[in-house]
Amino acid sequence: MAKVKGKVSFQENLCKGCGLCTTVCPVKIITLDTSKINVKGYHPATVNDPNRCIGCANCATICPDVVIAVERE
Amino acid sequence: MTVVFQKTKGLTDNPTHYCPGCTHGIIHRLVGEVLEELGVLDNAIGVAPVGCSVFAYNYFNCDMQQAAHGRAPAVATGIKRVRPDNFVFTYQGDGDLASIGTAEIVHAAHRGEKISTVFVNNAIYGMTGGQMAPTTLIGQKATTAPYGRDEAHSGRPIRISEMLSTIHGAKFVERVAVNTPANIRKAKKAIKECFQIQLEGKGFGIVEVLSTCPTNWGLTPEEAMKWLEDNMIPYYPLGNFRRPEEVE
Repeated sequence: MAKVKGKVSFQENLCKGCGLCTTVCPVKIITLDTSKINVKGYHPATVNDPNRCIGCANCATICPDVVIAVERE
Repeated sequence: MTVVFQKTKGLTDNPTHYCPGCTHGIIHRLVGEVLEELGVLDNAIGVAPVGCSVFAYNYFNCDMQQAAHGRAPAVATGIKRVRPDNFVFTYQGDGDLASIGTAEIVHAAHRGEKISTVFVNNAIYGMTGGQMAPTTLIGQKATTAPYGRDEAHSGRPIRISEMLSTIHGAKFVERVAVNTPANIRKAKKAIKECFQIQLEGKGFGIVEVLSTCPTNWGLTPEEAMKWLEDNMIPYYPLGNFRRPEEVE
């Protein structure tokens, strides 16, 4: 079965590191990048395995700061 | 690749001042998306409250006015009556609408003003530092209720949607929550239906949105979403209370 492929992009410097996106990702590929600090002083959310993204937009739906844009193939 | 989600034109590019994980940001976006989808961005006038969302006028990409504490429905009434062709909405929190502004919202609904209200209920006063609100749950701790709200002392939390749905002038009353992506999508649908009712000239509409306050609840954003689901939804049941066709 052909898998739906998605692509998420984060505007890292708008992220407040609340982590809500990490709780709703069905394929669990979003984490807070603890090796990095953005201009606001938070650990920004990042995708560690972009190939597994299915483009469901759950992360963007729950993001309070409109950090995430989602595309789907 | 097709875009399935991008920032709505209904919001400005200003980053919000809200705490991390505050659901005001989600609700702002839903309102902005609905305004854009209904094509009323150029025609809309919003009224911002007092409270955390007092700066809403910086975030919504339409004309905005800011009202005294709780008086957004009164200001919106004035705007709508002078400019009946504009789309007029208020955006209010529970410390604003359910406390000092109860008279305004009840009478705006009672008069059947053709305005729409987005009521954000997070069961606490956010901006002033977590004091007990009329909507604070029994046993819930607040800075002015350090041992938790006591029913014998403060009464039970007020259910605004149920109260307004007994008023003839209120044509649309629905309670939604923004704790999960599914509920967020339902919330958007309710806001859209509410706004459409004003555009069709049918009368007053309100959507109560159960929201979180991770900072003043003393929880992480994730725990706050869970707390909303476990504690708020049982007391404040979700669902529609009133549609225009149900009003005789």
